[in-house]
Amino acid sequence: MGMNIKINGEDKEIASGLSLAGLLEELQIRPARVVVERNRAIVARDAYESTQLADGDTLEIVHFVGGG
Amino acid sequence: MEDWLEIAGRKYRSRLIVGTGKYKDFDETRRAIEVSGAEIVTVAVRRVNITDPNKENLLDYLDPKKYTILPNTAGCYNAEDAVRTCRLAREAGVGKLVKLEVIGDDKTLFPDIPATLEAAKILVKEGFDVLPYITDDPITAKKLEDIGCKAVMPLAAPIGSGLGIRNPYNIRIILEQANVPVIVDAGVGTASDAALAMEMGCHGVLMNTAIAGAKDPILMAEAMRLGIEAGRKAFRAGRIAKKLYATASSPLEGILN
Repeated sequence: MGMNIKINGEDKEIASGLSLAGLLEELQIRPARVVVERNRAIVARDAYESTQLADGDTLEIVHFVGGG
Repeated sequence: MEDWLEIAGRKYRSRLIVGTGKYKDFDETRRAIEVSGAEIVTVAVRRVNITDPNKENLLDYLDPKKYTILPNTAGCYNAEDAVRTCRLAREAGVGKLVKLEVIGDDKTLFPDIPATLEAAKILVKEGFDVLPYITDDPITAKKLEDIGCKAVMPLAAPIGSGLGIRNPYNIRIILEQANVPVIVDAGVGTASDAALAMEMGCHGVLMNTAIAGAKDPILMAEAMRLGIEAGRKAFRAGRIAKKLYATASSPLEGILN
């Protein structure tokens, strides 16, 4: 049984009980290079492991890109 | 003599601040920035592409220990989005310096000044070191300084236009009034534009397109470094007054009869 969450505007089904750290690993995203917002609240990097994702969560995963 | 640019308590040798957008690839970005001599580089905050997470990251090419990373709020059209972007940027762990830009219109990319003032107030209260992008308006510059911004960054001309300093007189008034660094941000086209800003007494120049969009970005990066250095030295040296008539450079005594 999975959970439906929204990541960067896209709907995604993930395994129940997945932590934020687990999701990033699944997506092959290096935690040290991104910042994550969960339901509009920033998640501190040292809380990725302990953050259990829930059905209906909205995540924004951002990083730095070239800009002026 | 030592000549530092001091922003938010940090001293920089280079008065050139460069953007990291529009380059061919990260390697060209890295090389251009290295040649420019810049110590402060701007970056944007964007969503990671989760279906194809690029393994390479801009910060793999720009060591935050070597460069001061200046995240911008480009693409934000209201104060709330700009503040949100700054909070995300700070969480990335590269410091609390931010380039605040709240865009008012996508054709001119001129800033929305009321929204910029609103966002600046919130950000300063939250402990950010705010460098706001503004129009060349002395009143706005003063207000932002009073709010507690660490510099003011009036545009020379619209972003990416390459028109150079369109209103040097307003920049002069801003310079006269300011007690924080005045950085010309946006609109520079070539090295003489950067030199002119420095000759006027501006404390720095921020640019992106003028370098990244040049036919040879690496060579232009060098030209900009030299333009900034030449202009700054000319300013410090104190130029001669302009006169209508000639003054001979060779002695008038001892001329053969």
